[in-house]
Amino acid sequence: MIGLRYVYAVCRPFDLPLQSQLVGIGGAPPALLHHHGLVAVVSTVPEADFSEEALKAHLEDLDWLSATARAHQGVIDALTTVTTPLPLRLATVFRDDSGIRTMIEAREDDFRGVLDRLAGRVEWGVKVFLEPEPAESAAPAPAAAKPASGRDYLRRRRESSHAHEEKWQRAEAFAQSLHERLCRHAEDCRLHAPQNSALSAAPGQNVLNGAYLVPRGRSEEFVELVDRTKDEAPGIRVELTGPWAAYSFTGEER
Amino acid sequence: MTTASRFPPEPYGQGSGANLADILERVLDKGVVIAGDIRINLLDIELLTIKLRLIVASVDKAKEMGIDWWETDPALSSRARRDELARENAELRERLARLEELELEPGRRTPKEAP
Repeated sequence: MIGLRYVYAVCRPFDLPLQSQLVGIGGAPPALLHHHGLVAVVSTVPEADFSEEALKAHLEDLDWLSATARAHQGVIDALTTVTTPLPLRLATVFRDDSGIRTMIEAREDDFRGVLDRLAGRVEWGVKVFLEPEPAESAAPAPAAAKPASGRDYLRRRRESSHAHEEKWQRAEAFAQSLHERLCRHAEDCRLHAPQNSALSAAPGQNVLNGAYLVPRGRSEEFVELVDRTKDEAPGIRVELTGPWAAYSFTGEER
Repeated sequence: MTTASRFPPEPYGQGSGANLADILERVLDKGVVIAGDIRINLLDIELLTIKLRLIVASVDKAKEMGIDWWETDPALSSRARRDELARENAELRERLARLEELELEPGRRTPKEAP
């Protein structure tokens, strides 16, 4: 097999060992490449899968993409338990280790800057959903309540749509205030685009999709804060994910 | 997904809380961008991310459908679009109701319909 070198993350050297059973993409164990006081976490991937052409085709294949994304995230996740990794975007691939060393030399100042900024921090994801209404999926109206006229029908439609709009507004107001509250308890925060329910398989409509950068030492407090909000608003669901590596905060500060 | 917890606190294993959308939006859309030896067009990745968000056959199709909220601030423009639709809906409903009223008042039938 002709191999390419896949880079998952860049970190500072760390003392704790990685899990012994840890595997990356394609089942290959990740290795550490030390250079200029930084560490690139790499594994070998088949060129047949990661050449330009192959990759382009693979990225259109949701099964391949999700397996690869999960393997990538698995390595980042393991790193997060022993250090603060700087996660690279999916499919950062080099021909050999010398290419990686050259890349480190070119970017080392950036890497150090961001690693310093993120050291000891994790990312928490918080999403707010407007719960689906059971009534909406049930039959439109029982026979007894059949609209007497077209106008009656329209009036009811207007009322029901009005009620839905109101729920949206309530959910958005809740999401907005929650986001502001969480931002005050985080060092930094980002808003992501709402998630498509077909991909997330989460019921309801995603109203808020936020990411929050929190020092490890204050994570417990942050998690409790989110937990407390879970019962605050009826018909609204709050979901917490994490701790993630600080994916959403590797770029420029806003 | 790991649930190792050498660094507390780890109250939520990502295997339980995170869904595929959570993972994809991070590994595809976030993280440090480095030009490796294998060039993948970042625009391709961007389009891919959009496609995954929408689960539509193609981005062009999405644009045809008028779904373009990702091009600006999602927090603002999705609401803007929704408001716009709601307004348009209300307007259409009102017009329908007005037309119906006309229809229901016999005195206002147009001469054309008289025998």
